[in-house]
Amino acid sequence: MDDLSLHVLDIIENAVAAGATNIEVRITDDEEQNLFMIEIADDGRGMDKEALKKAIDPFYTTKTVRKVGLGLSMLAQAANEAGGKFEVQSQPGRGTKIHARFMHDHIDRKPLGDMAETITAFIAGNGEKVDLTYHHRRGDQEFFFYTAEIKQVLEEITICHPEVISFIKREIRDGVKSISKRSKI
Amino acid sequence: MKKLKIGDLAKIRDKVRKTAVLRQGKARAKITVHMGTCGIAAGARDILSGLLEDIKSKKLSDVIVTTSGCAGLCSREPMATVEITGKPPVKYVDLTTEKMKKILSQHVIKGNIVNEYALAIGSERTH
Repeated sequence: MDDLSLHVLDIIENAVAAGATNIEVRITDDEEQNLFMIEIADDGRGMDKEALKKAIDPFYTTKTVRKVGLGLSMLAQAANEAGGKFEVQSQPGRGTKIHARFMHDHIDRKPLGDMAETITAFIAGNGEKVDLTYHHRRGDQEFFFYTAEIKQVLEEITICHPEVISFIKREIRDGVKSISKRSKI
Repeated sequence: MKKLKIGDLAKIRDKVRKTAVLRQGKARAKITVHMGTCGIAAGARDILSGLLEDIKSKKLSDVIVTTSGCAGLCSREPMATVEITGKPPVKYVDLTTEKMKKILSQHVIKGNIVNEYALAIGSERTH
């Protein structure tokens, strides 16, 4: 994966496969603390202790179409390569929380990439059945986006409609840009 | 904190309402972009994004776009499946945004399968 936004898309797609209907993505971009952090929480099926132990093993998967499970292991590798840390918390029936920390100024930290593309690609495929919350904090500034708010305004019109997706992409681009003027992204 | 432009969104809702397939409605065509780890790493997000832009610019109101997980053919990603009502589904492989544009205009709009990009015709149906 070229950038962290692609990892995020992969993890949240997996959350849907695990039955999640609410997903929260939180990006913390704090140059002063030399911290870049991605947190993803979902209300999916969760994992038992045995599955949790194997969660970042690339040769473990619950899927049947192939024998590797690379999503979590690749994000864990990206965090470890950038002087960071990767943690997964999960309980059966209580969802999963992922924390990936990176040293902000580490030469091997991947750029965040285009979160607007990630969020809108996710909504186009899953927006009807899943509610997504996106927080992006940089220093003391924050951008916040919640699909339930959009759906409320749209009434019977689908959030997956290309016109709506274009609107959301613009809003997220503008929102992230407004808090990221001095950022590496 | 930046607030969403709710007024602009309401205008889009009213514009879309005149032409859109409603949430529970049936469309003429469904395109599924495979969005597993392998697909994402190979460029599926760009395929999806380009496809949505193309559908918007061509004002197609009867085409649904969705995503699925890995189909087990990781080396042939990015992949997409096109389903037209009453016709067998077609799985396309090794996609680029340009190939996807051609599939939309030739297959989805005109009904002609783009054989040179197709892997298989007539697999599982979801539409």
